[in-house]
Amino acid sequence: MFGVLMATLLLTIALVGSNMDVILKQGVAFQVRSEITQNAAIAGSFVNADEFEKFVQEQIDQRSKALGLDSPWYSPQRIGLTMYKILILDFGRATFLTSDSGSSDVKDILLEKIPKTVLLFTTATIIISIIGIFLGALASSKINSKIDRVTSTFAVVSSSFPVWWIGMIMIFVFAFVYHLFPARATPSVLPSDPGYIAALLYHMTLPLITIVLIGFGSWAYLVRNFMIGILQEDFVIAKKTIGINQKKIIYGHALKNAAPPIVTILALSLSGSLGGAIITEAVFDWPGMGRLYFEAISVMDLPVIIGATYVLTVFFLASIFVADLLYGYFDPRVKTS
Amino acid sequence: MSTVPLNEIGQEFVRNKIGLVGIGILATLFIISAMAALTIPLETLKTWNNPESWLEFPKTALPAWINLFLSEKIPEHKILTNSEDSLQSTEELTIFSQQFSVVYEFDDFPNDFIYEFTAKYSGSPLLQISVIRPDGMTVELLSRSLPYLESAVHHERVFSTDNAVKKNLILQSEKFGFLLNDISAEQIVFSESSVQKVLNGKYVFLIRLVGTSSENEIVESSLILGGKVFGFVGTDELRRDLSVGLLWGTPLALFIGIAVAIGSVVMGLLYGVYAGFIGKKTDETMMRFNDVIYALPALPFLIILAVTISNSIFVMIGFLMIFGWVGVAKVSRSMALQIKTRQYVEASKIMGQRSSKIILKHILPQLLPYAFASVAISVPAAITTEAGLSFLGLGDPSFPTWGQILHDASTHGAAARGLWWWVIPPGLMIAVTGLAFVFIGNALDTIVNPRLKR
Repeated sequence: MFGVLMATLLLTIALVGSNMDVILKQGVAFQVRSEITQNAAIAGSFVNADEFEKFVQEQIDQRSKALGLDSPWYSPQRIGLTMYKILILDFGRATFLTSDSGSSDVKDILLEKIPKTVLLFTTATIIISIIGIFLGALASSKINSKIDRVTSTFAVVSSSFPVWWIGMIMIFVFAFVYHLFPARATPSVLPSDPGYIAALLYHMTLPLITIVLIGFGSWAYLVRNFMIGILQEDFVIAKKTIGINQKKIIYGHALKNAAPPIVTILALSLSGSLGGAIITEAVFDWPGMGRLYFEAISVMDLPVIIGATYVLTVFFLASIFVADLLYGYFDPRVKTS
Repeated sequence: MSTVPLNEIGQEFVRNKIGLVGIGILATLFIISAMAALTIPLETLKTWNNPESWLEFPKTALPAWINLFLSEKIPEHKILTNSEDSLQSTEELTIFSQQFSVVYEFDDFPNDFIYEFTAKYSGSPLLQISVIRPDGMTVELLSRSLPYLESAVHHERVFSTDNAVKKNLILQSEKFGFLLNDISAEQIVFSESSVQKVLNGKYVFLIRLVGTSSENEIVESSLILGGKVFGFVGTDELRRDLSVGLLWGTPLALFIGIAVAIGSVVMGLLYGVYAGFIGKKTDETMMRFNDVIYALPALPFLIILAVTISNSIFVMIGFLMIFGWVGVAKVSRSMALQIKTRQYVEASKIMGQRSSKIILKHILPQLLPYAFASVAISVPAAITTEAGLSFLGLGDPSFPTWGQILHDASTHGAAARGLWWWVIPPGLMIAVTGLAFVFIGNALDTIVNPRLKR
C-alpha cells in the first residue's frame, strides 16, 4: 500500500518535474534581474552591456545552485528530498496559488479546501447511498414491478449523462428560468460574515441536487443486483416458507448479507468524494479540492499538485484498508480463509 | 460468468429489444457521421476555431424551427448567394446588374443587411443599390463610386449601418409617413410606408455596377439579411453554425469511444490472460502493477498528461487506454484461471504446445463474448471522459468535439444566460451515444451473464 502511494507520487513528480524546472529557473532569473536593475549602485558600475549580462548570468547560476536547481529534477537527491518532505507532511509553498486568507502554504490551502469539498461531495455521497440502498432494496423485493423497471431504466439513463452537463442544465433551469438558485456556487459574502454559512448552504443546494440526481440511480441498481443474488439463496427462501414477513426478511436479513460489497463501495466512494469532482466543481464554480487541482495543473503549481495528489491517494488507500476491515466484520467467512 | 458460443449470442441478441434499440441508435449515428463527411467539406473543420470564416453568420441565433412554436415570427438569418445577373452595354456605358429577391415574412425587423461582393473592373465604376418593396415602392440605398483600379479585383462589404445609406434614405423621407432620423436603415426599408411596422412580402434588391469598361463584372456576391434565428441548431456567441460542430462531433466521438474501448479491452484481455495463464510469480507481479494503476486517480492524471505532454486527439486516445484496461485485465485473469484448469487446456499443455498458442487458440476465443460486452460497456465512459477533458478546455483545438462546444458554452456563461440551444444539443448527443452503447452492452451482458436475466 505504501508502495502504491510512493509510485503515485513518483509518477506525478515525473510528469510535472521538467516543466516545473523551467518555471523555477525562469522565476530565479527574473528575480535576480529585477534585484540588480533596481539597485542603482550595482547597475551603474558596469562599463558595457556585455559585462552586465555576464554578471547577471553568474548571479543566476549561483542562486539556482543554492536552490539545487543545477541538477535536473530526476536526480536522486532532489527526488529524495521532495519525497522526504512530503512524508513529514511538509508540502512547501505554492508557487502561484494562495488560500483565501492569503497564505501560500500548501497545507493552509488544502486545509481550507477540504472542508468545502467534504461539505458538498461527502454530503451528496451519503444522501445518494441512503436513497440508493432503500430504493435498491425496494426494487429487488418486487422484481419486474413498476418500481423495479423505473429504477433500472433511470439508472441506465442517468449514468450515461455527464454530471457536468446536467449541472449546466440545472443552472439554466433554476438560475435562468426560475431564478431560484445562484448560478455560481461561490458565495459572495466574506467568510468572516456571520451569514456566511447560510450563504454557503444556499449556494450548495444546486450542485447538491445535481450530484444526488445523477448518482442515486446507479447506486440503487447496484444494490438491487446484490440483493437479487441474495434473495435467491436458500436461507431467504426458508425464512419465507416459515412465514416471516417480507419486509423483515429484506431489511433485516437480506440487506445485512448484502452489506459487505455495499460497505466496500460506500467506503471507496466516500474517499473518492474527497477529491471532489474536478469537472463538476468547474461547472458550479465550487471552491473545493477539484477546482484547486484543476487550477494548480493549469498554472503548473507543482507543490499544490503533489500535495493534493498525496492527500487524495492517502485517503483512497486508507479507505481501501477500512473497507477490508469492515468486510471482515460483516462477513466473518473472510477472516478464516 | 459462462462462455456462450458466438452464433448463439447473435440469435439471443436479435430477441433482445433493448439491444436492438441500441443498434438502431448506433446505426443512426453512423449515418449522421457519413452525412457529415459527405456534406460538410473538411475545410469547415479546419476553420471551426477561426472567427474570420464565420463573419456572415448571426451571433447567438436561435434555431430556425423555433418559429413553428411562436405566434410572432422571429426574422430568420438569410444568406442569399443566388442572384440573377445581367449585362447591358451601350456605346459608352456597361451596366452589370444583379437581383436578389427574398420573401420576407416575419413579425420583426431584421438586425441589419450586408451586401458583400468581389468585383473585377477597370476605372472607377458606380455602385448603385436599390430595393423594390412589396408595395411597389423603389427605395434608393446607395450610389457610390468604387476606388480607381486598373483591371483588378476589389472586395467590399456594404453594411446597412453605412452613413451613406442612411443619408440616401433621409433624402427620400417624403415617401414615408414617419420621421426617419432616429431609425436605422433596415427598419426603414422593411417598414410600411405610412407607419413604422414590418411590411411582409417580396423584396428585390437591385445592384448595378455602372462603368465604362465592358469587362466590369461582379465575380462573387452575397446578400445577408441579419436575423435572430438560423439553421437547425442555431449559432453560438462566436457566430459559428452549431450544426456543423454537432455533425462533425459525431464521427469524432464514435472514433474516440470505439478506439479507446477496443484498445483498452484488447490490452486488458492479453495482460490478464497472460498473467492468469502463466501464474505464480509472474501473475503476482503483474497483478501488483495492475493494482498500482488501479489506485491512480485517473482524471487528475489525464489532466496532467494533457497539459504536459500533448492534447492531440490521438495521444489522448492513448492516455485514455492506459486507464481503461485495468478492470478488464482483472476479470479476464480470473476467467483465464478457470479455463486453465479445464482438461483440453491441460491436454494441449502435456502435448507440448507453446503457451502463446494455447492462449490464442484455447483461452482467448472463450473470452470473446465477455470482450464484446466490455467493449460496448466501456465506450460511454471513454466518450464522457474525453468530453469532460474537452469541457475543461484541454481538448484538441483542431477538431470540434461536443465537449469543446460545451466548453465554449460554459466560458460564455451560456447556461446562466439562457442560451439553451448551445447547451442542450451537444450534451444530448453525448448522452444518446452513450446510451446506445450501454443498451448494446447490457443486452450482451445479460446473454453472457445468465444470472442477471431474472
